[in-house]
Amino acid sequence: MTLAITLAPGRLRPGDLARVASAGLRTRRLRAALSSLGIAIGVAAVVAVLGLSASSQAGLLAEIDRLGTNLLTVTNGQSFFGQTAELPTAAPGMISRIGPVTRVAATGATSASVYRSPLIPSVQTGGLSVDAASLELLAAVGTTVAEGRFLNAATQREAVCVLGAVAAQTLGIDRIVPGERVWLGNQWFYVAGILRSAVLTPEIDTEVLVGFPAAATYLGFDGHPSTVYVRTRTDEVTAVDGVLAATANPEAPNQVDVSQPSSALSARAEAQSALNGLFLGLGAVALLVGAVGVANIMVISVLERRSEIGLRRALGATRGHIRIQFLAEAVLLAGIGGVVGIAAGALATAVYATTKHWAVVVPPLAWGGGFAAALVIGAVSGLLPALRAARLSPTDALRTV
Amino acid sequence: MTVEPAPGLVQPDPAGAPTGARPPVVELVDVVKTYASEPAVHALRGVSLAVAEGELVAILGPSGSGKTTLLHVMGTLDRPSTGAVRITGLDVARLSDRELAALRATRIGFVFQQFFLAEHASVLENVADGLLYAGVAVRERRDRAAEALQAVGLSHRAGFRPTHLSGGERQRVAIARALVGQPQLVLADEPTGNLDRATGLAILELLETLHGEGATIVVITHEGAIADRLPRQIEMVDGQIVADIRRHAAGRR
Repeated sequence: MTLAITLAPGRLRPGDLARVASAGLRTRRLRAALSSLGIAIGVAAVVAVLGLSASSQAGLLAEIDRLGTNLLTVTNGQSFFGQTAELPTAAPGMISRIGPVTRVAATGATSASVYRSPLIPSVQTGGLSVDAASLELLAAVGTTVAEGRFLNAATQREAVCVLGAVAAQTLGIDRIVPGERVWLGNQWFYVAGILRSAVLTPEIDTEVLVGFPAAATYLGFDGHPSTVYVRTRTDEVTAVDGVLAATANPEAPNQVDVSQPSSALSARAEAQSALNGLFLGLGAVALLVGAVGVANIMVISVLERRSEIGLRRALGATRGHIRIQFLAEAVLLAGIGGVVGIAAGALATAVYATTKHWAVVVPPLAWGGGFAAALVIGAVSGLLPALRAARLSPTDALRTV
Repeated sequence: MTVEPAPGLVQPDPAGAPTGARPPVVELVDVVKTYASEPAVHALRGVSLAVAEGELVAILGPSGSGKTTLLHVMGTLDRPSTGAVRITGLDVARLSDRELAALRATRIGFVFQQFFLAEHASVLENVADGLLYAGVAVRERRDRAAEALQAVGLSHRAGFRPTHLSGGERQRVAIARALVGQPQLVLADEPTGNLDRATGLAILELLETLHGEGATIVVITHEGAIADRLPRQIEMVDGQIVADIRRHAAGRR
C-alpha cells in the first residue's frame, strides 16, 4: 500500500487567536479606544438606566419595608349630596377598641391659614393647611421630628404648632430658635418643631399641626377628626380594613374612605418611568453608532493590512484563518467597549444610588445583556470586513501599492 | 473539512516513497498564466522547469518579465491558467485552497523584498509566526524560532522589536521565519532589493550557507551580479525562459 498523506490546515488555538486578533488593536491603541467608545457609551447608558431604576425600586421597597405595610388611613368621604362628610368625634376611640389595632392617631382639618407674618396677603396660603393633631401621630405614621420637638400634653393646649417638612420649607423656617413664631389664625403661634418628610402619608408634609385643645380654643375647631391613622398587627390588616368604615362611622359607613398608603408606594415602585424608555432608546442609538464605528474601523483596517493578510496567506493561513482573525478582532474591540461601558454604567449607578441612600443594584440583565449586545454588535459589524479580508487573493494582498 | 478519499485529496507522498528517485521539489510543465484584464496580460507563456532538492537557483529577469508571477505560481499563491505545477510531487490543480494553505504552511517558506515583519511583536515572535498555521504548539514554535534565529546569527536580537533592527537584520529575521518550519522549498522575492550592496551581499552569503546545509532555495532577482554568484541561473524575458545555466558549485567558469 502506498503511503497516503492528507494536507489538513492547522487549527488556530484560542490563545493564538486571541494574540492574532489583538495584534491590530495593540498597534493602534488610540484608534481602537476611540472606535470602541461608541459602544462603551451605549452600554453605559443601558446599564446605568437599568441599574438606576432597579436601585431606586430597591430603595423604595426598603423604605416601604421600614415604614411597614400595616398603616391604614380613615378619611371623611363625601355624603350622599356631595358635601364633605364628617367623622364622629368618637371615631378614634372606637377604632382603638378593634382588637388587632395597635395605635390610633387623628388629625382634624381646621379652617385657619398660616403665614410667616401678618404682612403676608391672606390669599398667599402657600397651599398649607392647619390641622389639629393628636399626640400619637408621629408614632402612627412612622416619621420623626427633624428639629425641635413635637407637641406634648402641655403644648397641645397652647398657641404652639409643629411644621410639616414642606410647610417649614414654604414658610422659610429651617431651624428652631427660641421665640420663633408664625401668624396662624390671626394670632402668633410659637413653633415647637419641624417634622421629617412622612413618606407614607405625604399630606402631613404640607400641614401645620396644633393640638386638639388648642385648635378648639384658638381656632374655633369643632373637634371632628378628618383623618384617622391606624396601625394594626401586620397579619390582620385585611380584617381590620373590612370593619374600619363601620366602626368609624356606624351611622354612615359609606361616607368613610379607608386606604392603605403603602400600596400606593408599592405601585410607584413597580411603575417604570417614561424617562427610562427615552434613555434606553438613546443607549440603543449610541450602540448603533458604535457598531457603525467598529465596522468602519475594521474596513479601513483590512485595507491597510493587505500585506499582513498576504503574508499570513503565504505562511499558510486559510481564508478561514483570516476571516476568524478579523471577526475576532471586531468582537474584541466591541467587547472591550462593552466592559468599559458596564464599568461606567455601574459606577454611575453606584454614585447616584449612594447619594440617595439606596442599595446599589445592577441587575444581571443590565450588565449581562449589555455585554452580550456588545459582542453581538462586534460580530455583526466585523462580519463584512472579515469576509472581505478573507476574499482577498494572496497575490493581490502581497502586491505593493 | 473532512477529507474524502478522493484521488485529488489523497496523493502518494513522494518523501515517503521507497524509491531513490525523488521527484523535484518543484516542477512546472508548460505553465501559462494570463490575467484577464483589458488587454489581457500574458505573464507566463509556457514555462517549464524543475528544481531538485538541495538546489540554489536564481531566476533573473527585468521587471515585467513575469518572474514575480512565476514565484507566486511556484509558491501556490496563484494557480496557473494552464499547465501543471507539482510541489514535492503533489499536483496543485488537484488540491483545494485549504490544502494549498496547509502545503504552504508546512513545505514552502517565503522571503519578501519588504520583509513584512510585525512591528508590535518581538523578533522571536515574528520568527515563531512562521509556524503559526502549521499546527505546532506555542512552546515548540518558540524553541524552533530560537534555533532558526541562531542559524541566521541573530540570537542576540531575539527580544528586540523589528523597528530597532537594521535592514539587513530585518531580512535575516524574515529568512529565519521562512526557515523555521524547515520547508522543502524557500522562495525569496528580491531579498536584497531593499538593502545596500554590502548588506545584500551578506544576505546572499547567508542564503549560500543555508543552501550548503541542505535547503532548497529559489531567489528571484533583477540583478545579474547576484544571479551570477548562484550555481544555477534561469533567465526570463517576456514570460518565457530564455536561458537555464548551471555552473559547478565548486567555482566559477
